[in-house]
Amino acid sequence: MTLSAHLPAPDVGSGHLDATARPEWPDATGHFGVYGGRFVPEALIAALDELTEAYEAMRVDPAFIEEFDRLQRDYTGRPSPVTEVPKFAELCGGARVLLKREDLNHTGSHKINNVLGQALLTKRIGKTRVIAETGAGQHGVATATAAALMGLSCTVYMGEEDTRRQALNVARMRLLGAEVIPVTTGSRTLKDAINEAFRDWVTNVETTNYVFGTVAGPHPFPTMVRDFQRVIGDEARAQVLQREGKLPDVVLACVGGGSNAIGIFTAFIPDDGVRLVGLEAGGDGVETGRHAATITGGDPGVLHGARSYLLQDANGQTIESHSISAGLDYPGVGPEHAFLHDRGRAEYRPITDAEAMEAFALLCRTEGIIPAIESAHALAGAMKVGQELGPDALLLVNLSGRGDKDVETASRWFGLGDRDEVDPGPGMDTDQQPTEGAVSNDEAVAGQDAGEQA
Amino acid sequence: MSALADVIGKARAEGRAALIAYLPVGYPDVDTSIEAMVAAVEGGADVVEVGVPYSDPGMDGPVIQEAVDVAVRAGVGLREVLRAVEAVAAAGAVPVVMSYWNPIERYGVDRFADDLAAAGGAGAITPDLIPDEAAPWLAATERTGLDRVFLVAPSSTDARLAATSAASRGFVYAASTMGVTGTRATVGDAAERLVARTREVSDIAVCVGLGVSNGDQAAEVAAFADGVIVGSAYVRALLDGGGPAAVRELSADLAAGVRRAGVRA
Repeated sequence: MTLSAHLPAPDVGSGHLDATARPEWPDATGHFGVYGGRFVPEALIAALDELTEAYEAMRVDPAFIEEFDRLQRDYTGRPSPVTEVPKFAELCGGARVLLKREDLNHTGSHKINNVLGQALLTKRIGKTRVIAETGAGQHGVATATAAALMGLSCTVYMGEEDTRRQALNVARMRLLGAEVIPVTTGSRTLKDAINEAFRDWVTNVETTNYVFGTVAGPHPFPTMVRDFQRVIGDEARAQVLQREGKLPDVVLACVGGGSNAIGIFTAFIPDDGVRLVGLEAGGDGVETGRHAATITGGDPGVLHGARSYLLQDANGQTIESHSISAGLDYPGVGPEHAFLHDRGRAEYRPITDAEAMEAFALLCRTEGIIPAIESAHALAGAMKVGQELGPDALLLVNLSGRGDKDVETASRWFGLGDRDEVDPGPGMDTDQQPTEGAVSNDEAVAGQDAGEQA
Repeated sequence: MSALADVIGKARAEGRAALIAYLPVGYPDVDTSIEAMVAAVEGGADVVEVGVPYSDPGMDGPVIQEAVDVAVRAGVGLREVLRAVEAVAAAGAVPVVMSYWNPIERYGVDRFADDLAAAGGAGAITPDLIPDEAAPWLAATERTGLDRVFLVAPSSTDARLAATSAASRGFVYAASTMGVTGTRATVGDAAERLVARTREVSDIAVCVGLGVSNGDQAAEVAAFADGVIVGSAYVRALLDGGGPAAVRELSADLAAGVRRAGVRA
């Protein structure tokens, strides 16, 4: 662990799972202020209690900590590096920009951090089958990967709409030996995949563990997933301190359910001088109603087992979200984000599809890094915040995933391929045309000028 | 006092279990769904669970999802639900609302309790609200005298069975199997064991749901439970196009079933 090289060794030999390093929330029953808790059928309470108890024992068990650290180092490739991106930073008001490179993890995103922990927990409680929900497919791929590694049977629920939009990840999961079930109920997207996974779990709970992908859902998921993801911020905080001798002024991350954001925020929460900024998916713009900016444009309510902000209508029905990024296309958000928002410890801003795609193109052209479209929302946030703060600011951006899975969506957005043959990407309708004036094959623009065009 | 306990007690005095019918408001449309509820009462249902449409019904199987989806898309909400409650009460049965928690929270917990009491509703069944999270609902039902029905499951510990039964008023809903709503070939022993375990820790009436679809199964469950809850089979009758007439016919079959079982020991 990088952390232990730079900070005093914590009691249990590993900083990120040290009980003393946890925030003082949630309470013993999983409440972050008024948020969180358990809003699930009674039939699941026994399984959630079992999971909570086993997890609390596991997280301080030296054997688990050693095994988890070994997997993170040898399998995931941790610690992930921090990369300074000076040419991209010129487009951020001249502020200095550091990227935390979760895109370099095995399987291509931060999702692997969580699934390795939950897969070890599955084995510990003696279950042989895991189920998972997935939107863009990143969590599904990560879960299928961990299941293959640890000899668990794996079923992934994915909205039918998403299986079409993310066919590549469906193939990856199947190559890894997972069963992928297209969900045809409701809006046929991530929220319905979660409903279907809960239905599977309540029916097969004796043999099956639900590997939840984000910091939402009923207790203990928001806390457990935070603990598994906080390695991002623990590493990054030490890395930035070591190279800069100071903390960043602002930490930025995209927020769908919010696991990569909680992962990088947690280590910085006690650092009052560090601003924490979550970037939500603004879709076509929050004012259009076609977005996934849950905190910016939603209200408190109950969805998928916890109280938090959600997009809902006057009858309390969940409203379908819209985002070009399948991984952010979710009408809920983790309860800890709702709590951090209400306390004023973190701020949440929307980034539109167009702003995210501009940042996506700019990072590709200026730094040779193709980000996930999810992470491009955080990059677009850095451009805005950097321009507000100017050249003295030091920004740390969580680059939560890589963009290989998004090549088709980006090709269509920028008009790079044969338009007639490219399926529309997430959030794009079949009749939606590439952005006017976007960069295309025959008019490549080098370097920083790319933004002028994109 | 409890409207649900009263009607279940009355059935018990007749030496039988109560028949509880679930139908969602708004399938195939609001008026027809209300007609179907009245038809269920005419066929012999003692209690009607008036279902609130919800976009994310995590405890429901495909049959109820399909019907509810139509109602959600049509924008059916608690205003229409309260109208259905009034119609069921007027038809002579006891209406109890069945709702996932968010529609109630969105409407306002106290406002919902007041409006439900005014419409003649007995109370509400809340499948995704456990007593641990229910403080505002416990307060609102105390204030208004409404019933509150929580669920127990085969996986519930004895301690939770006791706590959940103690928090419930009217009856406690025993989910017969680990799973979602839907018709099943057999109801199984798990339900009977769950009812027996619940009776060991509480005197409250125990009604069994999940899986019952015909008179024979109703008779089987009525032999050990205070009430038999039927949902998907009623909804299936509507999905198959039988309309209120098919609902009335199913109710008659089920009502005969709960009478066939004989007196519970």
